[in-house]
Amino acid sequence: MKRLKVWIIAGVILGFILPGVALAGGDKASELIVVADTRVLTEGGYYTQFMHYMADAYNANILVFAIWCTVLTAIYGAFLGFLMDFIMARTGLDLKSRKILEH
Amino acid sequence: MDWLFMYMPIAGIKIFWPGLVLIGFAVGTIGGFFGMGGAWMVTPGLNILGFPMAFAIGTDMAHIAGKSMVSTMRHSKFGNVDYKLGLIMVVGTMAGIEIGAQLVMYLEKLGNVGTVVRWVYVVLLALIATLVFYDYYKATQKKKAGDVGEHGAEGITWYKTLHKIKIPPMVHFKAAGFTCSAWLPMFISFITGILAGFLGIGGGLIRMPSLVYLIGCPTHIAVGTDLFEVMISGLYGAFTYSLKGRIEIVAVFVMLTGAAIGAQIGTVATKYAKGYGIRIAFGIAVLCCMVSIILKEFKYGNAAAVLILGTIGIICAYIVKIMVEGAIHELKEKKAAQA
Repeated sequence: MKRLKVWIIAGVILGFILPGVALAGGDKASELIVVADTRVLTEGGYYTQFMHYMADAYNANILVFAIWCTVLTAIYGAFLGFLMDFIMARTGLDLKSRKILEH
Repeated sequence: MDWLFMYMPIAGIKIFWPGLVLIGFAVGTIGGFFGMGGAWMVTPGLNILGFPMAFAIGTDMAHIAGKSMVSTMRHSKFGNVDYKLGLIMVVGTMAGIEIGAQLVMYLEKLGNVGTVVRWVYVVLLALIATLVFYDYYKATQKKKAGDVGEHGAEGITWYKTLHKIKIPPMVHFKAAGFTCSAWLPMFISFITGILAGFLGIGGGLIRMPSLVYLIGCPTHIAVGTDLFEVMISGLYGAFTYSLKGRIEIVAVFVMLTGAAIGAQIGTVATKYAKGYGIRIAFGIAVLCCMVSIILKEFKYGNAAAVLILGTIGIICAYIVKIMVEGAIHELKEKKAAQA
């Protein structure tokens, strides 16, 4: 019981110290950049091309950019959901019911 | 160490990407467990990573939409999502958020409302926290007195009175397991929507307790159904913020990857946690959120961020512990049954 208490206290202290240290080392948030800079996106494979396309859309047609953002977020969310479902199904846990039935 | 930094094409800066994954993971875990988006947790984390704050809300909103999609899919498997209830509430929430946002814009014309909004938020959070702890106290007293119902001892049961309102159409919510007037969830989501719009938040913090205490949802159904709502409103929010150019799509994807893992842990942990366990942890999170807003109001921004991130770390560790212990126990039981 004593050891458990020490662990809990240590956990709580660590939980509050770590963000404090990280905060002390961090810079202030920078200013808003209104135009996406595509000059640095010149070389690379499909990923850079994708970023270039998105940055171009942001600069040229914000509606296309907004539609892509929403659609891609939904597609990626659904993809991750199915992928995680596939992985979790292999853990052997019952993921369809629960025993506790209180309000 | 350059590989640890990722270029954000819209914001035009390099960000420490493992930090984004970590934030996503923590918010995914807590959001999946409590049934909320968790925007209040993300902003201080992004600030520490040096993320431009102009992009923080939009990025956060899109990430929350994707994350809620993952959590809703998992909760749905457990039967924790009442889609009919969620859809009825979405209507009220959307209308309410729009009116709340218009109200703020109107008040802004009259003067600076920032401080007023923050103090309203503080009072509201204080009320929610009081409600949660009072409910727990009352349930404990009832349990001691032997007043235990079909689903265990219950503290606050305001929903029983509200269910007596019989204005047609009466709707049966199968997953939630009750019948009430369709106007009740619509009206309550409308009011919580106005508050969310007025305060400029997603609303999970207000909606989750409303679903439990006013509509009468079992805690787990409230968590799942609220996430379903957050998913829809989050996608809408992602679109509107994208239109305003306030979103960094690469950061959304990186955070979402961490959130997908966290969401599994948070969601599966609800299987092993008692309803009151979830409510009490929720009450503590609400209290810390409230204190952080007070600190911010008095210009202690760093202290507020430390408090929020510390709370996230501790609650996240608590949820992971519940999930791991529960899973180990279940697998051991399974093995013993097979032997």
